[in-house]
Amino acid sequence: MSVLDSKVPKGSLKDKWTDYKDHIDLVNPANKRNIDIIVVGTGLAGGSAAATLAELGYNVKTFCYQDSPRRAHSIAAQGGINAAKNYQGDGDSTYRLFYDTVKGGDYRSREANVYRLAEVSTNIIDQCVAQGVPFARDYGGLLDNRSFGGVLVSRTFYAKGQTGQQLLLGAYSAMNRQIARGKITPFNRHEMLDVVKVNGKARGIIARDLVTGKLERHSAHAVVIASGGYGNVYFLSTNAMGSNATAAWKIHKKGAFFANPCYTQIHPTCIPRSGDYQSKLTLMSESLRNDGRIWVPKSLEDAKAIREGKKKPTELTEEQRDYYLERKYPAFGNLVPRDVASRAAKELCDAGYGVNATGEAVYLDFASSFERYGKEQAKIHGIENPSSEKIIELGRALVKSKYGNLFQMYEKIVDQDPYKTPMMIYPAVHYTMGGTWVDYNLMTTVEGLYSIGESNFSDHGANRLGASALMQGLADGYFVLPYTIGDYLSHEIRTGKIPTDTPEFEEAEKEVKDKIDFLVNNKGAHSVDYYHKKLGKIMWDKCGMSRNAEGLKQAMAEIKALREDFYKNVSVPGGAYEMNAELEKAGRVADFLELGELFAKDALVREESAGGHFREEYQTEDGEAQRRTEFQFVSAWEYKGEPADAVLHKEELVYENIEVKERSYK
Amino acid sequence: MNLTLKIWRQKDSKSKGQMVDYKVTEISEHMSFLEMMDVLNEQLINNGDSPVAFDHDCREGICGSCSMYINGEAHGPDRGVTTCQLHMRMFKDGDVITIEPFRAKAFPVLKDLSVDRSAFDRIQHAGGYISVNTSGNTQDANATLISKHNADLAMDAATCIGCGACVASCKNSSAMLFVGAKVSQYALLPQGQVEAADRVKNMVAQMDLEGFGNCTNTGACEVECPKGISLENIARMNRELLKANF
Repeated sequence: MSVLDSKVPKGSLKDKWTDYKDHIDLVNPANKRNIDIIVVGTGLAGGSAAATLAELGYNVKTFCYQDSPRRAHSIAAQGGINAAKNYQGDGDSTYRLFYDTVKGGDYRSREANVYRLAEVSTNIIDQCVAQGVPFARDYGGLLDNRSFGGVLVSRTFYAKGQTGQQLLLGAYSAMNRQIARGKITPFNRHEMLDVVKVNGKARGIIARDLVTGKLERHSAHAVVIASGGYGNVYFLSTNAMGSNATAAWKIHKKGAFFANPCYTQIHPTCIPRSGDYQSKLTLMSESLRNDGRIWVPKSLEDAKAIREGKKKPTELTEEQRDYYLERKYPAFGNLVPRDVASRAAKELCDAGYGVNATGEAVYLDFASSFERYGKEQAKIHGIENPSSEKIIELGRALVKSKYGNLFQMYEKIVDQDPYKTPMMIYPAVHYTMGGTWVDYNLMTTVEGLYSIGESNFSDHGANRLGASALMQGLADGYFVLPYTIGDYLSHEIRTGKIPTDTPEFEEAEKEVKDKIDFLVNNKGAHSVDYYHKKLGKIMWDKCGMSRNAEGLKQAMAEIKALREDFYKNVSVPGGAYEMNAELEKAGRVADFLELGELFAKDALVREESAGGHFREEYQTEDGEAQRRTEFQFVSAWEYKGEPADAVLHKEELVYENIEVKERSYK
Repeated sequence: MNLTLKIWRQKDSKSKGQMVDYKVTEISEHMSFLEMMDVLNEQLINNGDSPVAFDHDCREGICGSCSMYINGEAHGPDRGVTTCQLHMRMFKDGDVITIEPFRAKAFPVLKDLSVDRSAFDRIQHAGGYISVNTSGNTQDANATLISKHNADLAMDAATCIGCGACVASCKNSSAMLFVGAKVSQYALLPQGQVEAADRVKNMVAQMDLEGFGNCTNTGACEVECPKGISLENIARMNRELLKANF
C-alpha cells in the first residue's frame, strides 16, 4: 500500500496558504495566451473557475450537459453560504469556521485545506457582492446574516431561500463577461465521455454533442473536472435528474484515485416518496425542525389505520403518539444532527410505524408551535382570555411568516395543508462527500488533471455542515485553483498547441464510440430506468444510512450481477447520431453500476460510524455512532478493472491544531 | 386516471413535425406532469418506439429547463409553477391534453418538445454582468451600502429562471420580461451603475437581433411567469434605455 502525498505546505497552519502563494511559479501574461484549459461542469465550482482562469488570460473551454451554464444544480441550494466575516461581532473568526467545519466533518477532513477554505471565505462574499449578487440586507443597508445548524455564530449570508441560484448566476455572469471577450468558448449540451492522457498527463477530452450525437476531440494543457456529486447512484435523491458520475468515473478509470466513495449526506427533512413512479425527491429546509415535533403512532394498529386512510393523525391523542427523538435524545430532542434524525426515522418505518401509503414517512407536527406562538402573540397584542381558535390562528400566522414558502411548496406537492395536518417527512440522499482524491493543489493522481467542488473528495470529510458546500465550490473556483494550476502550467509554456490527431485521441475516441455503438445496438428487453431503479434499491437498502458487513457483501454481489444483466439486456431506443436522452442515461447508469460496487466495497472497509455513515456493528452501547481512531484516514481507491479489484491507498489524517473529540447528543 | 395526450413530435430541427395521439392509463393524481411523461416514455420504450424528448433537470422548479406548452399555456394550467411542479391533480380522468414545445422564431425546435433557448445566453453575453475582476481584490462587501428596498427589488428581478415562458406566452414572442428582469437587477444596485447605459443598449440590441418581438403591454408574460416577475421590470428597462440614449 503506497502512501499518498497530499503536498500540504510546511509551516504554521495560519501561514501555509500565504507562503505557498508567495513561492509558487507564475506564468507570464504573454504565455497565458498560449495555454488552453478545459473545464468540465459549470456550476459554482466550474463556473467560477472558468471565469477566473479566463480573466487571468488562459484560453478556456467549458462543457456542460445542460443547455446553459445557468442551469447547473448548484442553482437549487436554498439556505446560504458561510463566511467568517464577523460582521455581527459575535466572536467569529477564520479559526472558528475552520474548527466548526472540521468538527462537523467528524474529523475526517484535511486540516490545511479546511483552514484555507475558511481563510478565503471572506473574499467570496466581497467578490459576489461586487458582481451584483443581491444578498439580503438590513434596514441600514448592511449585509444580513443568519445562523445555521451546528454553530454558535451568525455567519451565513443568504439571498432569500435562493442563495445557490444567486451565487450561480453571479458566477455565470462572470463567465458571460469572458465569453463576450472571447476568452471562454462554451460547449453547452455537451457531455465529456473520456479524458485523454498523453505521456501520463491529462491533455484533453472526448465529448459528445448531445444535439447531433457527434463525438468531438478537444485538447488542452490541463483539464479541470467540476462535475458535481453522484447522489443519483441511489436513483432517488435531491439531485437534478441529469446529475451524473460519468466525468469523475471516467477519470477514475484513467488513473485518478477515487476517495471515500461511501460518504453520503442523508437529509432527514425531505418530502416522502408517494409511489413507484417517483422520479426525484424534494428537500425541505432543515430549519423546520426548530419548530416542528417529530412523531409516529405508538401502536402498530394506529399506524396501519393511518396508512389505510381510516384514521387521521389529528385524531390521535398525545398519549397515542411517540415523540421518539424527544424520548431517545432528551438533550437535543428534535434538533439532533442529520444522521441521527435520519436513522431514527428509518428504523421506525422499517418496524412498521410509517404513516404514508408507502410506509416511509414520519410526522413533523407544528401544532404545539401554533399554540405556543399563539399564546405569546396574544400576550404581545394584549388579547385577554383568547379562545383556543384565536390562539391557533395567531400561531399559524407567525409560523407562516417564518416558513410560509416551505409550507406552500409542501402543499403544492403533497396536496395537504400543513397548517391543518402534520407534514410528512422522510430522509433522502442529498450530497456526496466522496469523490476524486486531490492533493493540496486540487490535482488528482493524474498530472494536469484537477477536480474541484463536489466532484472532489472535499475538504470536509464525513459530514458537512449546512452552507459549507457553496463555500467550497466558490473557494475552489475563484480563489484556490487559479493559483495552484498556474504553478503546474508554468512548466507547460514550451509545450505548444496540443494536436488532437494523435493515437491517444484516436484510441480514446474509438473506445467511446464502441461503447455507444454497443448500447444503441443491444436491443434488450429492459429500459435504462429499470436498471437504475434496481440499483437504487440495492444502494438504499444496503448502502444507505445504516450498513453492515453482510449487507454490503450482498450489495457488491448484487450490483455486479445487475451490471452483467444490464450489458446483456438493456434496451436503448434511437440512434447514436441524434438527440437521444435514453442513450445519455444509459452511459451514466453504466457508470453508476460500477461506482455503486466500489461504494459498497469502501463502506465494507470503513468499520466505523461517523457522520452520515453508520456501521451497525460499530455503535456504542446506547446505539450511537462509534468512531474509531484507526479509521482516521482517507481511503483512496485505484482502478484495476472490476470495481471489486480496486486497490486501497490511505492518506492518514493528522490533527495538529484541533483536539479530536467524540460528539454526543444525549 | 386515463388520459389522451396530443403531443408535437418532430425528429430534429430540419424535419417537419406533427401532432400525435397517445393514451396513458393508471396515472396517479400525485404524479408531477413530468412523471406522467416518464410513464408515457417507459411505455413507448417498451413498445420499441422512440420516447418523447423534453427538457427537464432539477424537478424542483428552479433550474428553468422544463418548457412545455400545455393546453395553450406555458407550464400548463396552474399558476406560479414550472412544468415539473405541475401535478396531475390539476386534470381529470378522460381529459385530452395538448402538449407542444414553446413556440417562437428565436427558440427553434431541436426535437419534439425540446427547444433551443441559447438566444437568452447570447443576450446575457451582450452585457448581463458587472465588469469586475474575479481576483478577490474587491473592496469589503459592507463598504457599499444598499437600501433594503432596492436589494429586495433586485432580488425579485434576479429570481428569473430564464425558462422562456414569457416568450412562449407572448403573442409577439417578446423577450422583454426576461431582459427587463436582467437589466433591472443591475439597474437597482450601485455596483451596476458605471456601465448601465452600455448594458441596456447592448442587451436590447442583441434581443432584437435574435428575432424576439416587441412588447405591446398585453401582460400575458407576467401571468404565465412561474416566478412572478413583474411587468414593472419592462418599464424599468424602457426607462433605462431612454436614459441611455440621452
